[in-house]
Amino acid sequence: MANASMAPASRARAEWVGFSTIIIREFNRIVRIWGQTIVPPVVTATLYFVIFGSLIGKRVGQVDGYEYMQFIAPGLIMMTVITNSYGNVVSSFFGAKFGKHLEELLVSPLPNWLILSGYVAGGMLRGLLVGFVVSLVAFFFTRLHVAHPVAIVSAVLLTSVVFALGGFINALFAKNFDHISWFPTFVLAPLTYLGGVFYSINMLPPWAHVAAHANPILYMVSAFRYGFLGTTDVDLKLAYGIMIGAVTTMFALAVTLLNRGTGIRD
Amino acid sequence: MQALALRQLTKVYKNGIKALKGIDLEVAEGDFFALLGPNGAGKTTVIGIVTSLVNKTSGAVEVFGHDMDRELETAKSCIGVVPQEVNFNMFEPVFTIVVNQAGFYGIPRTLAKQRAEKYLKQLQLWERRNSIARSLSGGMKRRLMIARALMHEPRLLILDEPTAGVDIEIRRSMWEFLRELNEQGTTIILTTHYLEEAENLCRNVAIIEGGRIIERDSMVNVLRKLQTEIFVLNLGGSLAAAPELPGFRATLADNHTLEVEVSKGQNLNEIFARLSAQGIEVNSMRNKVNRLEELFIRLVDVSARAAVAET
Repeated sequence: MANASMAPASRARAEWVGFSTIIIREFNRIVRIWGQTIVPPVVTATLYFVIFGSLIGKRVGQVDGYEYMQFIAPGLIMMTVITNSYGNVVSSFFGAKFGKHLEELLVSPLPNWLILSGYVAGGMLRGLLVGFVVSLVAFFFTRLHVAHPVAIVSAVLLTSVVFALGGFINALFAKNFDHISWFPTFVLAPLTYLGGVFYSINMLPPWAHVAAHANPILYMVSAFRYGFLGTTDVDLKLAYGIMIGAVTTMFALAVTLLNRGTGIRD
Repeated sequence: MQALALRQLTKVYKNGIKALKGIDLEVAEGDFFALLGPNGAGKTTVIGIVTSLVNKTSGAVEVFGHDMDRELETAKSCIGVVPQEVNFNMFEPVFTIVVNQAGFYGIPRTLAKQRAEKYLKQLQLWERRNSIARSLSGGMKRRLMIARALMHEPRLLILDEPTAGVDIEIRRSMWEFLRELNEQGTTIILTTHYLEEAENLCRNVAIIEGGRIIERDSMVNVLRKLQTEIFVLNLGGSLAAAPELPGFRATLADNHTLEVEVSKGQNLNEIFARLSAQGIEVNSMRNKVNRLEELFIRLVDVSARAAVAET
């Protein structure tokens, strides 16, 4: 039992058990419904590689000095990580809320920040798992050179956390299944497609640069791509500042909403 | 030590409904306590606040002396709850549901698996441990929620209509299980619409109506307040009219069934003697409704009339 009267070590152990239980449950869910969680994003990414990379890419030529396929591969991997980190948390948490089994967690002594962390870790798990499979698929189409492994790992982890948190906040406010599909459809997808996945912002007219730089996903994709290609079209310090700032702000917001009971308590 | 103490607890929902209007209630450690009331009286809101599924508007809740505003996690770790509605993941296996619940309370997986076996066996669910929860019958789902609530061995178990929709045989076995649990030291708070259940199991009772406690006493004292009881007598022969029973109110339900109202202090032997003198045989006898139910209906009726008069 995790409670305040426990010694700190016992309490930390109990909280770790609670946290890991959420992750195990999320992992089992991802595996149980693999036809919804793993296969579709891999098929979609493969089609992108075939159509944009193999067929159209040959006519595009080079982008920023790289073959088009080499250029879009990191973007497609990141796009997969973003949508799956977000999608896992929003559907799992809203499903638990809708099915009322979220109450299992709400009546337990697990602190809210730990419940949030468990769901975020579950979202990261799926995002990174699917991202890894898509990376393997990318090897069939192009040669993925690793220039800065630290940048790859840090960018993908931070991005995954940001969108898992986004999914959580969306699920808190959602009252029906429409509410969990609006944001991914009308906000997330446009920002991702316009976030430099398929093109370099150097290809945009000058007036579009300002709009492109207002899109946070551009910085995430660019930092990740820098890890592979070694070049970037954004300021990396700014990119990491945005990612760390988003993680901190969104985590604080989600915990505050949970503490207030927004969307989960009468 | 009080297992549960509610002080001036109020709840006003966003739609303006005042569900609780200043509830004061104490439940002693080790008690088997009934919280009764008609639909919409505020029972589930009380339970929701105690289990932190509902935010209170004002007032205080203490669980074994732990204030829920200051020591929320400690207070929550003392409570196990069996809700009115099924609230587990229908797509998970039975064993996984109970083991995961233990995990949320910080119980290591090895110990959780041992306890899962113990409680699933006690609640006759062990054979169905690998079944998907959705495939269980209504009674099994109820028992699964009890097993789940016990996984962290709570000091206070709250059951919100645990036997609703359960057949009489399973209901009786659940009563036996809960009685044993209480004898082992677990404080139990029960809400139920089966007042026979409360009368059989509980030592103390509170009746809530319109967001207020209208009665709080021991079950014995509450039942003592009941001034009359109606007995149903199944007769050996057929009667065309109710027999003369001076001092008693007797009515014929049908040609073979006589209902007699007996006031406190009156003697049943007198009824039998008078019937026997008139050559009327009695084959069997039972209460028309259980005694608590009768009192409950009266109290709620009085309270409702008082509320109308206030407005």
